[in-house]
Amino acid sequence: MTDIINILRQHSFLVIALVKCGLLLFILLTVLAYLSLFERKVLAHIQSRWGPYRVGPHGLLQPLADGLKFLFKEDPMPAGVDRFVFLLAPFLSLALALTSLAVIPFGPQPLRFSILGTQYETSLGIVDLNIGLLVLFAITALGVYGVALAGWASNSKYPLLGGLRSSAQMMSYELALTMSVVGVILMAGSFNLREIVTAQEGRMFFGLLPRWNVIAGPFPQIIGFFCYFVAAIAETNRAPFDLPEAESELVAGFNTEYASFKFAMFFMGEYANMITVSCLATIMFFGGWTSPFPSAWSWTHFIPSALLAVLGVLLLIDGIRYETILGKLVLPGVGTALCALSALLLFFAPVNNYIQGPFWFLLKVFIFIFFYVWMRGTLPRFRYDQLMAIGWKILLPLSIANVLLTSLGILKWGLR
Amino acid sequence: MAETTQNGAGQAGSGSAPHTLLGADELILNMGPQHPSTHGVLRVKLKLDGERVAGSECVIGYLHRGVEKIAEHRSYQQFAPYVDRMDYVAAVSNGLGYCEAVEKLMGVEAPPRAKVIRTLLTELQRIASHLLWLATHALDIGALTPLFYCFREREEILKILEKYCGARLTTHAFRIGGLQYDAYDTMEKDVERFCADFLKRIVEYEDLLTGNRIWLGRTKGVGVLSGEDAIAMGVTGPVLRASGVQWDIRKAMPYAAYDQFEFDIPIGKNGDTFDRYVVRMEEMRQSVRICRQAIGKIPAGPILAKVGKVLKPPVGEVYHAIEAPKGELGYYIVSDGTVQPYRVRIRPPSFVNLQAFDKMARGHLVADVVAIIGTLDIVLGEVDR
Repeated sequence: MTDIINILRQHSFLVIALVKCGLLLFILLTVLAYLSLFERKVLAHIQSRWGPYRVGPHGLLQPLADGLKFLFKEDPMPAGVDRFVFLLAPFLSLALALTSLAVIPFGPQPLRFSILGTQYETSLGIVDLNIGLLVLFAITALGVYGVALAGWASNSKYPLLGGLRSSAQMMSYELALTMSVVGVILMAGSFNLREIVTAQEGRMFFGLLPRWNVIAGPFPQIIGFFCYFVAAIAETNRAPFDLPEAESELVAGFNTEYASFKFAMFFMGEYANMITVSCLATIMFFGGWTSPFPSAWSWTHFIPSALLAVLGVLLLIDGIRYETILGKLVLPGVGTALCALSALLLFFAPVNNYIQGPFWFLLKVFIFIFFYVWMRGTLPRFRYDQLMAIGWKILLPLSIANVLLTSLGILKWGLR
Repeated sequence: MAETTQNGAGQAGSGSAPHTLLGADELILNMGPQHPSTHGVLRVKLKLDGERVAGSECVIGYLHRGVEKIAEHRSYQQFAPYVDRMDYVAAVSNGLGYCEAVEKLMGVEAPPRAKVIRTLLTELQRIASHLLWLATHALDIGALTPLFYCFREREEILKILEKYCGARLTTHAFRIGGLQYDAYDTMEKDVERFCADFLKRIVEYEDLLTGNRIWLGRTKGVGVLSGEDAIAMGVTGPVLRASGVQWDIRKAMPYAAYDQFEFDIPIGKNGDTFDRYVVRMEEMRQSVRICRQAIGKIPAGPILAKVGKVLKPPVGEVYHAIEAPKGELGYYIVSDGTVQPYRVRIRPPSFVNLQAFDKMARGHLVADVVAIIGTLDIVLGEVDR
């Protein structure tokens, strides 16, 4: 027994990393499932309807039902497919999408805890790489293989067209995506995501505005942000750039022949990519975990608990009103939990201080994801050639110009 | 051109080797009959060079029910419900055309009250049909939201139709010689409320689409059809008018009570998908205008002309055409003096308009194919009959 503990102690770094991986994976998969519910709900309300409402109160158990459905559906293997590649594609898609989140830091302070008298310290995020951004882009660039291989291996014409479209699309936009963040890298002088955020700390305009890259610096990265965001939407194959899976043209695009859990893997991969690019947008342009308010305003520290309390009370009230038994159980349960969390934050200052960073970070990511859904509800789809024209003729020149202007700005005024 | 509109796609591939941009083989893509955006069971065989359409062939007949043959074994009244099932999103218009054709054959005329109510309901149906077109067309181009907005308003029209005759889709609203049901008490109020509401809603759709760069990019210059080509192929309805030809049977050969109302015929200039969109949007506004004029002006009087229980039109033939939401809907009826028609031939607008598909689609991309199918506004029930 002591031997095992000793071995674990000697390899504490590995153990902690593994535990963090497991935790992140668990949280991420749950978030992915609920993101689909979130998207359906927001889209429904944009379209003057209610969205999922039957499985659980307000459709809250819909993701679980969907997951079960995906697991138990028949999983046919179409005739004439390349079996190995056909199976590899969804794995690749999901695995790469999940891997890319490993380098994202979620908060400023390291987590300190002690087990059996030994102090441990670990950062919030799985790894803290000094070339984090490059690794991230390398991994997301590989993501195109999932889609392209799926299109090719299906041995069917619609997926083939979808696969071709997506290969062309993702490769073209990869360029613009990478070029658009060069300005940020210049300003931070680092590829490390943590350092990029640290470089954005502080205030400007008499402390009124945060010094986020999108508005501050020798040359505000507003163009860079625009290019990044458009390219990121295209890169993640979301509306209005969702050509690879344009359901009205290509039936379902590259995943036409996929069913059951293999389809679910593509689906989850897409959502994970959405989270990754939103996280990256937050880190690169919107100051990551820095609060939009001056640090002197101490009341802003209570925003998380206030938000949780309001949400909890709303759920409690709704739970009383709800008529089904499940509704009477689930909604007040979640509501009470949220209220308890809020109270915990209110009365334990260290905890409250600790979650400030992650709170702002996640809030910003959430706003980006909402924006994604909003766009899907509003815009029609681009055509293939128009998409290419935007990528090569607008975004790429713009982002190169941004790099030049940022460099000139840094030359003229120096960093800050 | 019996049941297959073969538009030269066959000739392109036969004989000489295919000429694609990169010298590769052409890809033949089978779109439909089960496909999300072929609006029913249309099957399109596309010859593709990459994503560019090198030729196309529409294969139809999956919904053929032999409506014209059925007519020969039904009495004149019995056949009336069948026409509702052709263009099932504009059943009222179909019924109007058939009833007026038989009335013309028999030499009777519907009473003025019946005529105005017919016009009112037909215009409401035109709005409903155009709403369905807008919903699906926008969805094909990738805009999800207009679908739900359009169905919300279409629902109001269907409610009015339901209150009037009890049915929402295949209404069989009219009878030969006039109407079976009189207008219900609050009908005019309902229509007025709908009209006022709808004029606001249509602005919402235009906010979402008309000025949208993506929408403009997807519709302008796509599927251009010149006026001469349109006339040569017999294309009618909004598709013809968007090509700049001012031809609307409501004005050219007024039927029902259209000669009593003021309305404009919107026409387009370029004959592209965007012009067809603008023309149909304006047509909906004009329909509202007609409906509003009809409100409060419905004359009192009988609703059914004197026609016997058994209809025996004199020996002869008649062709009567109306402006259905999708174009000229004509009925050619031959009577041999018995209770059943000797022959009924229907000229459905969708079938004829579909001919223009190959001309419009050639040289465009796959994404435009669905836009063009959408802009033609076909209903396969009517194409196949």
